[in-house]
Amino acid sequence: MGTEKPKADLLPGTLDMLVLKILMRGHLHGYAIAQLIQQLSDDLLRVEEGSLYPALQRLELNGWIDGEWGLSANNRRARFYKLTTDGRKHLAEASARYRQVTGAVARIMGFA
Amino acid sequence: MRAALSWKRLRRRLRYWLNHSERQRLLMEEMEFHVESMAKELVAQGMSETDARSAAHRKFGNMTQKSEEARSTWVARWISDLAQDLRHSFRGMRRDYGFAAFAVIIAGLGIGASSTVFSIVNALLLRPLPLRDPGRLVSISNIDDFTAMQTEYFSDLRELNQSFSDLAGWSAFYRPGDNQLTGAGEPERLTSVPVTGNFFTLLGVQPTIGRSFTAEECQARYSAPPAMLLSYSFWRRRFDSDPNVVGRKLTLNNHPVTIVGVLPASFDFASIFAPGISIDIFIPWPLNDKTKPSGNTMKVVGRLKPGATIQAARAEFSMLGEQLRTRHPERNGLEPHLMPLAQRVSGRVAPALFVLASAVGVVMLIVCANLSNLQLARLAGRQKELAMRAALGAGRSRLLRQMLTESVALSFCGAVLGLVLAIAGTRELVHLHAFNLPLLESVRVDGNALAFTVLAAVGSGVLFGLLPALRVSALSLCEELQDASRGSSGSKRHAWVRDSLVVSELAFACILLVGAGLLIRSFLRVLDVNLGFQPERAAALRIDPSFRIRSSAEQNAFIDDIQRRARSVHGILAAGITDVLPLRDDRGWAVAARGQVYEKGHQPEAFIRVVSDGYFEAAGISLRAGRDFTERDRSSSERVVVVNETMARTLWPGQDPLGQMITTDGGRRVVGVVADTRHESLEMAGGLEMYLPMRQTADYAAMQLVVRTALPPDSLAAELRTALRPVDPNLPVREFQTFQDLVDRAVSPRRFLVLLLTGFAAFALILASLGIYAVISFSVSQRVQEFGIRMALGASASELQRRIVLRTLGLAALGLALGMAGSRVLSSALASLLFGITTGDPLTFIEVGTLLVAVAAVAGYIPAWKASRIDPMVALRSS
Repeated sequence: MGTEKPKADLLPGTLDMLVLKILMRGHLHGYAIAQLIQQLSDDLLRVEEGSLYPALQRLELNGWIDGEWGLSANNRRARFYKLTTDGRKHLAEASARYRQVTGAVARIMGFA
Repeated sequence: MRAALSWKRLRRRLRYWLNHSERQRLLMEEMEFHVESMAKELVAQGMSETDARSAAHRKFGNMTQKSEEARSTWVARWISDLAQDLRHSFRGMRRDYGFAAFAVIIAGLGIGASSTVFSIVNALLLRPLPLRDPGRLVSISNIDDFTAMQTEYFSDLRELNQSFSDLAGWSAFYRPGDNQLTGAGEPERLTSVPVTGNFFTLLGVQPTIGRSFTAEECQARYSAPPAMLLSYSFWRRRFDSDPNVVGRKLTLNNHPVTIVGVLPASFDFASIFAPGISIDIFIPWPLNDKTKPSGNTMKVVGRLKPGATIQAARAEFSMLGEQLRTRHPERNGLEPHLMPLAQRVSGRVAPALFVLASAVGVVMLIVCANLSNLQLARLAGRQKELAMRAALGAGRSRLLRQMLTESVALSFCGAVLGLVLAIAGTRELVHLHAFNLPLLESVRVDGNALAFTVLAAVGSGVLFGLLPALRVSALSLCEELQDASRGSSGSKRHAWVRDSLVVSELAFACILLVGAGLLIRSFLRVLDVNLGFQPERAAALRIDPSFRIRSSAEQNAFIDDIQRRARSVHGILAAGITDVLPLRDDRGWAVAARGQVYEKGHQPEAFIRVVSDGYFEAAGISLRAGRDFTERDRSSSERVVVVNETMARTLWPGQDPLGQMITTDGGRRVVGVVADTRHESLEMAGGLEMYLPMRQTADYAAMQLVVRTALPPDSLAAELRTALRPVDPNLPVREFQTFQDLVDRAVSPRRFLVLLLTGFAAFALILASLGIYAVISFSVSQRVQEFGIRMALGASASELQRRIVLRTLGLAALGLALGMAGSRVLSSALASLLFGITTGDPLTFIEVGTLLVAVAAVAGYIPAWKASRIDPMVALRSS
């Protein structure tokens, strides 16, 4: 049941961080980002489209990613996102913070 | 770095928002692509094309909604929220139009009153005088705030002082209708003000057409000015705004005079220096002419040099005053009093305006309390809606904002109504010439008033929306859902909020009522004052002959002719002539009883009136001892005088005044004593008054025929005119003034204040009674079941009524106690406006208390009566 609702279970800001991390791989469109998150988490995390697009808008508004129109693999117009310098910086900060938090949680839970 | 980042973000946000429809379209396209990709994958997994498509759509959900969500991150969110809240508010208003209409009307009345009062305060106190650099203008009076100075002193001060770049003067003794214009059309009596040549230059007033006076024109004779300037209103009225009027020659008091210029519309001498009198023309005042009037005749205004302060000028002038006094013992006294012109103009009305502004502020508070209360009551009915919104995810702050938007929207609608009222109100005010207030003509709704109205709308909207909004945002979903099912408990817990609102409304209303009550009682006391003359059925007509009276024989003949003809008119009971009218003009001389030595500075001063035989009867001034003047009191007979009781007491304490001599005016014997009159104002005792027989002197500036009539005076005006025409065909008989008008004018500022304040108090009382009615009926409606049970258990209807009325009276008593205590403290601010009563006037307090309790009892009784008619069975079943 827990795996069905990744959004609710994620720590705040996690989705933003995941999207940024995925975009380290290069220019990707929304659908590809969602797919990649799902695959890389072994189907454990499923990004709801309802959260993905607001997140992309938010990231763009903050200047962390840039959107550009281009052609997809099967020649369809799609919007590709890429990481900006600010975005890289933010990702570094966010992942450091995330590591701290999860580390702390893990210590308490006795996982570490 | 952070600041730069948020700046970038703001710019981006703005850009996105500006072309949001384009972005919206692109976003939809982007998501379309997403759905297609999903569908394609499902097809690859073996699903049919259509199935895959619908499955993908299902999975993606409502695309528009998703795009809305995505969009909300970049459309400045509050804008869309605001729009949504406004839509919601207006929808709500349509649904509940009764409430909306009521709220808009009372907010409109409150805001309208506030804006009107603000416009008055703005014109009279805040806005600078319509003159050049008015902050540097200083009014210079003598001895007290009203007395003028001798022109000789003016010339000396002008020459000697270092503080002012210039001084200018105007006559303190011009009177309505002093001049007679003939030669061009209908003869007319004009009001003219003699001014020094530099008067307009000093004030910074440029004639719209023509020029001001030349130095040469200021050298002529006082009684025969060679030039005149027209006031704008006179130019418009008499000459139809003819631009070619400059250079025209007319006849003023039988002397040729040339129109040299027209003053601009923006310069209204009367509204600044002489409220309530309209000035037609200005004439030059030759300072070195020996025939000019002597005595304290000149009012002075000065323009401070750059860098000079009024304090320094005061010090300099008191020094100069002393020097000049010692140098010229033959002149009158001189003690220069300096006051900023603006303060002199409107200082007198400042306390009244302060009271008005406070009153209207209190009215606004009551309006807000009332609307707040209504909103709270409405919340009860909207609990389900709000709970639903909360359940659907509306956040606290969102709900709070929605409630505030609603109330501000309502108060803005009210403000529109208020603005209309304020514009109408100020228009009305401007045309109230009957009110003797400075600058009243310039009252209008201007930009400042508009800004004030907007502020008032926002302020009152937030104020009356805040309590309900806080209440909503504090509401817990669970409680509300329970509440909705059971109907009463939640609101009962918050009843104290509404109770205290009603109590404060009553307290405020009480304060206003006490203020209005005190002023009304003062007003009645003023009207009740023994004037010493009888204004009913008395009227005056200006009758100065257009020809020159050369001898006392001619004068006697003129007076006889006029009085005989006037008395022959059917319905005229008495007729006499005077030079000054009560409550309008005055002049004073120092007087002395023969054989009495007075210390310098302690010589009594008396007001002088030159009257003919028959005047006392016509004006209704009663003779207390001795005799009236007769037509035999002529230049050839003994010089006599009639004094008032105060003068008799002051000059001859404990003695019989009849037969005594005064040394003033060449020596006169007292032949009669008349009652004191209120000549200067209704509030002030008249002081020493002295009447000289007109046939024994030529020292008067005007002739006013006063008649006492059996019918209302106005009905006789035409007949009197016809009767007098043969005496002097040029007699301009435009002005027919009833004494009642004079009295009404004198009390007009007081009446103005009383009218407005009474209006406010009545409005406050209505609101407070509506408030108490609303609270009681709401609590009754919330407790229908309880009452049903009580009645089923045997409580009688009257017992129930008593309980409800008692609760009402409890609230009223609390409000009354607070209000009375507040009034007792605040009424001291009214002290300077009261007459004949104290600020703690017990009768006023008792009356107000009785009125409030009575109104509260009625407001509480209606819901009580309704409650007692509840059918227990219906009430119980309704749950």
